[in-house]
Amino acid sequence: MSKILLKGNDAIVRGAVLAGCRLYFGYPITPASEIAEAAAKYIPQVGGTFLQAESEVAAINMVYGAASGGVRVMTASSSPGISLKQEGVSYAAGAELPCVIVDIMRGGPGLGNIAPEQSDYNQIVKGGGHGNYKCPVLAPNGGQEMSDLTQFAFELAEKYRTPVYILADGYTGQMMEPVEFGEPVSELPHHDWALYGDQESKFNLISSIYLDPEELEAHNQMLQDKYKLIEENELRVEEFMLEDAEYVVMGYGIISRILKTVVEKLRKEGVKIGLLRPITLFPFPNDKIARLSERIKGMLVVEMSNGQMVQDVRLAALGRCPVEFYGRMGGVVPSMQELLDQTKQFISKEN
Amino acid sequence: MASKILQKPEAFYKRYERNPSSDKKSPHYCPGCGHGNVHKFIAEALDDYNVADQTILISPVGCSVFAYYYFDTGNIQAAHGRAPAVATGIKRAHPHSIVISYQGDGDLAAIGTAEILHAANRGENITVFFVNNAIYGMTGGQMAPTTLVDQYSTTTPRGRNPHNEGYPIKVAELISQLEAPVYVERVSLHDTKNRNKARRAVRKALKNQIDNLGFSLVEILSPCTSGWKMDAVPSMKWIEENMVPQFPLGVFKDITDEVEPYERPEMDLSAQDIKKALGLEVVESESFEKPDFPNKYKNPEIKVAGFGGQGVLLLGAAMAQAGMLEDYHVSWLPSYGPEMRGGTANCHVNIRDIEVGSPMVTNPTVLIALNRPSLEKFENDVPEGGLIIYDTSLIDIEVKRTDVEVMPLPATKMADELGNTRTANMITLAAYAAYTGIFSKETLYETLNTAIKHKKFIDINKKAIDLGYEFGLKSKLS
Repeated sequence: MSKILLKGNDAIVRGAVLAGCRLYFGYPITPASEIAEAAAKYIPQVGGTFLQAESEVAAINMVYGAASGGVRVMTASSSPGISLKQEGVSYAAGAELPCVIVDIMRGGPGLGNIAPEQSDYNQIVKGGGHGNYKCPVLAPNGGQEMSDLTQFAFELAEKYRTPVYILADGYTGQMMEPVEFGEPVSELPHHDWALYGDQESKFNLISSIYLDPEELEAHNQMLQDKYKLIEENELRVEEFMLEDAEYVVMGYGIISRILKTVVEKLRKEGVKIGLLRPITLFPFPNDKIARLSERIKGMLVVEMSNGQMVQDVRLAALGRCPVEFYGRMGGVVPSMQELLDQTKQFISKEN
Repeated sequence: MASKILQKPEAFYKRYERNPSSDKKSPHYCPGCGHGNVHKFIAEALDDYNVADQTILISPVGCSVFAYYYFDTGNIQAAHGRAPAVATGIKRAHPHSIVISYQGDGDLAAIGTAEILHAANRGENITVFFVNNAIYGMTGGQMAPTTLVDQYSTTTPRGRNPHNEGYPIKVAELISQLEAPVYVERVSLHDTKNRNKARRAVRKALKNQIDNLGFSLVEILSPCTSGWKMDAVPSMKWIEENMVPQFPLGVFKDITDEVEPYERPEMDLSAQDIKKALGLEVVESESFEKPDFPNKYKNPEIKVAGFGGQGVLLLGAAMAQAGMLEDYHVSWLPSYGPEMRGGTANCHVNIRDIEVGSPMVTNPTVLIALNRPSLEKFENDVPEGGLIIYDTSLIDIEVKRTDVEVMPLPATKMADELGNTRTANMITLAAYAAYTGIFSKETLYETLNTAIKHKKFIDINKKAIDLGYEFGLKSKLS
């Protein structure tokens, strides 16, 4: 039996350690504290450093410092804490530092509550801090992916020299599911841009300063080219029963799990419906949506927010098919029955 | 000796190629500025200790934002005030490196107050050079946290007023109050004698780090001719007459003779060690056969509810664990949010032949109610033909529904008779398993190995399983 039943938050940390992450800097916040607690348990046992920082701002800047050293480093927080980290993420994006940031979203704005919401889509997927940057965003919807995508996030971060987000919600973090783990990464890459505290690497400079406007424009252009490359190469989606679908429901994270059950139920009733689930939120499946929009009768987007991802879906569909939205806010997680009813309503409306 | 004095330290670049100015030989600092002195003291010390190659210097935000133009070391440019956090990150990543956090007064004593205080308090083995010139130089002469009372700045045009802006912050004094820092000194650049003291302090602070003694901070009173709108000579005098009385010079803390060097231990672990540390060793356990059982009990969507402390979450987790052992797809989701602390708890468990879609259970085909409020709250959610198991020792009402199966189970009473109330949840698990036939007894025994943390309680829980299983079988027949 190689599977272990464990919480998504725990799976993230064990996956990260297998990926060679030996440094974790974080600040406790519900519902992400379990990640810090798991990191405090495991990372020192493998010779790494877990450090509870004095603030979210300090934590992300410690990540910035460690990432300058070319090692695998991560932090995790929840929505209000992520807002605080945005300064450091912008600097890391500007200085092109690879790191992994986990956001276990909770209800907002302000202190909000600690129930699961998906209202960080805009701040995570669109950049979040100042400047022309964005980060790859991976949105797991279960325990296995919490581990697998965290491991993948480190590779992605280094491949493109960028911060990478894991965007999940309190349910995915708290839920226990069987998770299978692979072998630890045996050798980590040496980066010619990083600082190792030796003669060979000392000429390197980690900085986001480009005083000359033209130089800064060129730097920004290089970043945009990089994002384009990421869009071309790193898109991940889950497609469920889309082949002959006349209707498509779309959601990410925990919502996609509920929608999958909705699709299963409606298929039994003979409805030609499928699920499109973005696993990466940046890059976003624009082309896929565009192609679908040419042949389907309509798309229903469900989010635990005021409708943030749906704006991207509408941009991609460009009016070629109706794109409806159903959302719950404040930490209310829609039930399967609720989404089943909503989907039926949507179908009868589009008919 | 003379040649050494005249020569530029090796720890400086020969030409300052990173400076966009056409003059690659002179620094960008204003004439009469103190940063040049401090840079030189640092570079000389790096030369003397032969550590420039392993040094990583953090440039702050402020006039020394471009310190990386000059130092032939590793360089990181940090966000405003965050240099001590960045220094912490790189030092922890590469403990052998020599990490310098070079900061001005706005950076360190205003926007970065938290970072410096906590880096000092952790005793990070780094060296901090704090250049205090009582003004914001880079942004054009605004008030600094160290600006003197009555001192003019562009944001204190009538002079610093303690009733509005408070008093200047004394950083060396503050930091020296903490337990961890090993060396804190304030020096000044206003005359040769004091510059020599400053040079010695810089050297000592670096040596402490090389010797792994811990956190050192040197505060340096430094002229800002542009910010103060003064020539070089009067600015030196201004330091002596105005700053030194407010910021007394001297050693505020030095415990370098008392502390032991500390080096962070390094580990060289095999893949097997790592997996062991993560609790991921492959344990070859026997596979558990899925017993055949009636279709109506298959793919249960289970809700377990009761008081916090009744082992509600554990019961659900054990069900999921047993399901996993029999190779089902399973999920377990705890009740979430403030209700966790409100005295009641519930969890949702799915045990499916195929992948679990929604982990949430709103209409449980199996409801396990361990207290009255739970039964009252969830009874009507159970679909027709579902199963309700409830603890009759704690619930003094009966199930009203007539379209569902009901198993009344005196779990708490049975557990008390067994000698441990806390085994009621395992009695319930076993009764459910036997009644529906979903799990074999062997699977339940194996489940205990994961579900019960303290090994000494495994035996009594095994007995609980036996009791519950027997009860479940009897109920099925009756």
